[in-house]
Amino acid sequence: MNATALQDVPPPRETQESYLQDGFSLRSWLLTTDHKRIAILYLASITAFFFIGGSAAALVRYNLLVPQGMIHSAETYNRLFTMHGVVMVWFFLVPAVPVTLGNFVVPLMLGARDLAFPKLNLFSWYLFILGGIVVLYSLFTGGVDTGWTFYTPLTTAYSKGHVVATVVGIFIAGFSSIATGLNFIVTIHRLRAPGLTWFRLPVFLWSLYATSVILVLATPVLAMTLLLLAFERIFHIGVFDPAFGGDPLLFQHLFWFYSHPAVYIMILPGFGIVSEIIPAFSRKPLFGYSFVVWASIGIAVISFLVWGHHMFVAGTSLLSALVFSILSYMVAVPSAIKVFNWIGTMHKGYIHFDAPMLYALGFIGLFTMGGLTGLFVAALAADVHLTQTYFVVAHFHYVMVGGMVSAFFAGLHYWWPKITGRMYPEMWGRAGALTIFIGFHLTFFPQFILGYLGMPRRYHAYPPEFQVLNVLSSAGTTILAAGYLLPLAYLTWSLLRGERAPANPWEATGLEWKTPSPPPTHNFTVTPMVDSAPYSYPTPGSRHRHE
Amino acid sequence: MNFWLTAATPAATEVDHLIIALLIISIAVLALVFGLMLLYMFKYRSGSDVNRGALAQKTWRIEAAWTTGTLVAFFFLFLWGARLYVQLFQPPRNALRIYVVGKQFMWKVEHDGGQREIDAIHLPIGMDIELIMTSEDVIHDFSVPAFRIKHDVLPGRYETLWFHVDKPGTYHLFCTQLCGIDHSRMIGQIVALPKADYQRWLAQSDAGETLATAGKTLFMRYGCSGCHGSNGAGGPQSESTVHAPSLAGLYGSPVTLADGSVVKADDRYIRDCILTPSRQRVASYPPAMPSFSGEISEEDLLKLLAYIKSLSDAGVP
Amino acid sequence: MNETFLPHEFQYASAEHQSQTAISGMWLFLASEMLFFGVLFLSWIFCRHWNPVGFDVGGGQTEMILGTINSVLLLTSSATYTAGTRCIEAGNARGLIAFCVITALLGLTFLGVKFGLEWHGDLDKHLFPGPDFAIQGAARAGAQLFFVFYFVSTGLHGLHMVAGIGLVAWILWRARRGDFSAAYSTPVSVVGLYWSFVDMVWVVLYPLIYLVGRSP
Repeated sequence: MNATALQDVPPPRETQESYLQDGFSLRSWLLTTDHKRIAILYLASITAFFFIGGSAAALVRYNLLVPQGMIHSAETYNRLFTMHGVVMVWFFLVPAVPVTLGNFVVPLMLGARDLAFPKLNLFSWYLFILGGIVVLYSLFTGGVDTGWTFYTPLTTAYSKGHVVATVVGIFIAGFSSIATGLNFIVTIHRLRAPGLTWFRLPVFLWSLYATSVILVLATPVLAMTLLLLAFERIFHIGVFDPAFGGDPLLFQHLFWFYSHPAVYIMILPGFGIVSEIIPAFSRKPLFGYSFVVWASIGIAVISFLVWGHHMFVAGTSLLSALVFSILSYMVAVPSAIKVFNWIGTMHKGYIHFDAPMLYALGFIGLFTMGGLTGLFVAALAADVHLTQTYFVVAHFHYVMVGGMVSAFFAGLHYWWPKITGRMYPEMWGRAGALTIFIGFHLTFFPQFILGYLGMPRRYHAYPPEFQVLNVLSSAGTTILAAGYLLPLAYLTWSLLRGERAPANPWEATGLEWKTPSPPPTHNFTVTPMVDSAPYSYPTPGSRHRHE
Repeated sequence: MNFWLTAATPAATEVDHLIIALLIISIAVLALVFGLMLLYMFKYRSGSDVNRGALAQKTWRIEAAWTTGTLVAFFFLFLWGARLYVQLFQPPRNALRIYVVGKQFMWKVEHDGGQREIDAIHLPIGMDIELIMTSEDVIHDFSVPAFRIKHDVLPGRYETLWFHVDKPGTYHLFCTQLCGIDHSRMIGQIVALPKADYQRWLAQSDAGETLATAGKTLFMRYGCSGCHGSNGAGGPQSESTVHAPSLAGLYGSPVTLADGSVVKADDRYIRDCILTPSRQRVASYPPAMPSFSGEISEEDLLKLLAYIKSLSDAGVP
Repeated sequence: MNETFLPHEFQYASAEHQSQTAISGMWLFLASEMLFFGVLFLSWIFCRHWNPVGFDVGGGQTEMILGTINSVLLLTSSATYTAGTRCIEAGNARGLIAFCVITALLGLTFLGVKFGLEWHGDLDKHLFPGPDFAIQGAARAGAQLFFVFYFVSTGLHGLHMVAGIGLVAWILWRARRGDFSAAYSTPVSVVGLYWSFVDMVWVVLYPLIYLVGRSP
């Protein structure tokens, strides 16, 4: 195989020591432009936000143990679920996979030495932290009680919370997202190794590419909408208030124009992760590679065309309802195609049940359930009954938590050896996967029933006949919480005591596995060349590394 | 703990049928997905030496098959949901109208005969009922799970819901759009009564005057009669000197606007005429009507509306 | 080897590679900015549809002469910056420096006219939306909405101009240091793209602000 020198000028620090050893001071971390270190900085940040948002969720479920609400103040309850939504959506779900696994793996998978714009990458982390500080300031000085959806005129004229501070924080974090998306798109276009053509790209890269397009095009719409919201709240005059000739539905259209594609920002990277793991742990190429790729692109495009399905009872026209319903069904088709292709990959494979695979399998189960319940709410007449109830809450938690968080853990375990140079303890990894899967169902399945029976969402207190199902759901959260604390514990443990990892512990394909674990700062001293399709697992074959 | 919810209207039963169909399809797909996954996890686990044979090469046939199947199923579900949705939101003519004003944190209800309720609606079974709803402040949502119906209630406009209850009983009414601190306490009851009981309830309620009568008083007090005439007859025939349209027979009939378009004079139209007359100028009349925006409360507006309807045959309740 | 060696960042294969990448990055950023301003334009269209009379009345209150002067200033500044880019591509650093100065001055004049003269006058005439908004009667609501757009869009555009002038100043500073030559002037082109975009936003804003309500 011909290896070409990367360029005429060697990288500044030609060394094989790992990126983790390349400087130990705080400065070397806080001022780094190394995509791998930035990924770690982000990992620590989103983990912190996950536990903040998760604590709010725990308190919400605690409140719902009794019909009159365990928490005395309804105002506090409203602020808790708003905090849960705001923190989880913008400071965990939207950034998580792209800024941690994406930042770390994208250049490696491409055979590049870093992203196209490393300083922009660091700047995007600074923006994220700044936005987070503003939002946390707002939350801890009283918070906001409007729900993460900020509907007007409640937010512009009636709410007494820190609306402006919260939306400013989200606005800043939005630019962090745009910067990350921009960086990924340009990197994937321009820094591919020789021979790595578009249709040889691993699906993880395609998914991040599609995600990045949405990040760059949808987030600015949210930014401007929040700006107009803040303006209206401060100056008491604006475009969303009917008292002044404006229209609250305009806010809803603008808000959902971003927020619907946003949920695909959350899930597409998850699809990508699962598309890497299933082939690796079935020792088989991905079934229907080009279909999976086109499905990702299709999802990104159609995701911009379905926002009106959040407004079927909001007062939009019948025509609007019809159009958005049919498009919402269409966006589900590419996702279904992916599920079938993953199962097709398992067919006639040699399946190994390591933790990444267990999480990935859990993802397929949970995401399919979540996706199927999406069909319920896409059906206009059924949505009338189910919208604004716990059915919708269960639906989106199945896809976002059951789906996306499982995929995130799958990827985290899969690439953990590469990132840290350590193996996590396998038995604990499997235990964690199973605990999350079970705890998740116990928490959220009862909510489908609650929603059908009519229990509204965002209710501090509820009629007594809903109590049994609420108690079941809240009990489930204790197991789910244990499921999240377990990886925190054993992954942290592995940093100190885990078995040292080889370069390619899973014997997987992909350029990232051709570097040491963990990689040196500049990834590759010699540019890799690619001359084959992705996922070219030897057929037939079991892994050499023992079970 | 119960797993099912009463369906108190025929439409509710139809929605349940759709939901059951969705459930059956979902279970079938889940069985397929979980079944195959579990089968493959067992059959093709790495330790098993079952014969894997050659891998499929031409996969596009399979892809086309499951894509088409999915599209067909989805289209069928869309059509069913859409058809039912159209029925859910197209109120029949001559429904009994009841007026609802939502505000933080209560539902104010007014019947044509002047009966007023808070957080409750008494209504007769066996009749088509239409709710005309608006909000005084933020967006609320009027939801009755037993009827499988809900709709947002917006400030500054009217939204409608209709239903036909066939099972007497008391049903939950919820606000289902976050509206502030006591959102979860903005709940009430729909009391569906057999016709005789309903008549008795109407008679017993401390009704005062009917909405239309109250509206007539307001028609004078706000000065509407100054231009439109004391009986709304309007125009040059009346004692007024301003050339204003007649309101007799207006409700429900078509109106030609200055830009040539024709609209129906329904509740929304009349409300908009009173609050924002400059937005929809009527053909062949000067734009002289002042705006009453900010001067008339939602409840007074409903009374005026009831009076104007009473001037037209189509509006008789 | 005949070509001059040009330095570049370690993740790129050549200076040309880096240069093309930087330009793609700016185009993408501008795409996101189009969506950002697009929301404003869409909302303008929507609100005007529902408040045609008010928008016309409000639009009639804008200072068309000042707005037109500003358009001339801004379009000229795009021309001068482009001229500067052509200079450095031909190796003429002094030409670039001169044109940067002119561009920045034109930009600053624009800001002076916009905020020093025009906004000052608008505020004096009580055209800022609020309780003492000058226009009364049936057109008040629509006119207020018009002025919401006016102040938000010109304010945001102004902020973008300030950033743009800062960038032009940065190019000026680097040019004086001798960073640019015929072989290397990527940052100049990248800033030029941004400046042209800010210009384009104004080209869309101008009719929405000054020409509405003024049709014969």
